[in-house]
Amino acid sequence: MVPLQAYLILSAIMFIIGAMGVVTRRNAIIVFLSIELMLNSVNLTLVAFSAFFGDATGQVLVFFVMTLAAAEAAVGLAIVIALFRRKQTINLDEINIMKW
Amino acid sequence: MTLEEILFYIFAAGGIISALLVVTRRNPIISAIYLIVNFFCLAGIYLTLHAQFIAVIQILVYAGAIMVLFVFVIMLLNLGNESLLRDGFTWKKVAAGGLGFGVLMELIYIFMMQIGTPSIEMERATNVGTVEAIGRVLFTRFLFPFEVTSLLLTAAIVGAIVLAKKKLD
Repeated sequence: MVPLQAYLILSAIMFIIGAMGVVTRRNAIIVFLSIELMLNSVNLTLVAFSAFFGDATGQVLVFFVMTLAAAEAAVGLAIVIALFRRKQTINLDEINIMKW
Repeated sequence: MTLEEILFYIFAAGGIISALLVVTRRNPIISAIYLIVNFFCLAGIYLTLHAQFIAVIQILVYAGAIMVLFVFVIMLLNLGNESLLRDGFTWKKVAAGGLGFGVLMELIYIFMMQIGTPSIEMERATNVGTVEAIGRVLFTRFLFPFEVTSLLLTAAIVGAIVLAKKKLD
């Protein structure tokens, strides 16, 4: 019998790894992949609570998070393509026109 | 140790290792492939939680549709100068790692505080994860959010086309 804490700790570890990727990497695509990783770790938390409490609401929320992830990936990758077309780079340190 | 526990620990180890590889690899395509491995491990963990529908959707939508989009864009960008993007050792990274480790320890401490741990009830959990049970909740209590989702996806499609178009006229 795996306790609920094991699922939550696994989810926390994966979330922190994803957050580290977002903070430390400079490649825009890998930052996006890290965001997907963070969304997935949150999904794991929702499914774990849903299964342990016997309530389907958590799994419906996972469904909505997946829809959101699809929309976010489509728009985000379109932004990356537009940026690459203008500046020929996806290095986030060189994309600083809105930095004050 | 039951089969369920063995499967959980195998998938958990696979998930953590593939997550680390996603964040540390230099080549985006290799990162994307390790992210797909991570999604498969997560689908296995969902199966140990008796969430069959979510496990199938995870593989179909995430590993199938969304990752195809990522891999397609990586190939479209045709990055020749990956070595220029090499990020070496900086003190910022050490600080980020320290902060992340601190937050992780706090989270684990909070999770380990015993506050009425619920125990999984096999029959109920098995009934919750089926397509029928999720569909029932989705089309009754969450009907309006479900319909709004279609608006979100339409907006995302239009936004993606407008942003990625060659010239705005």
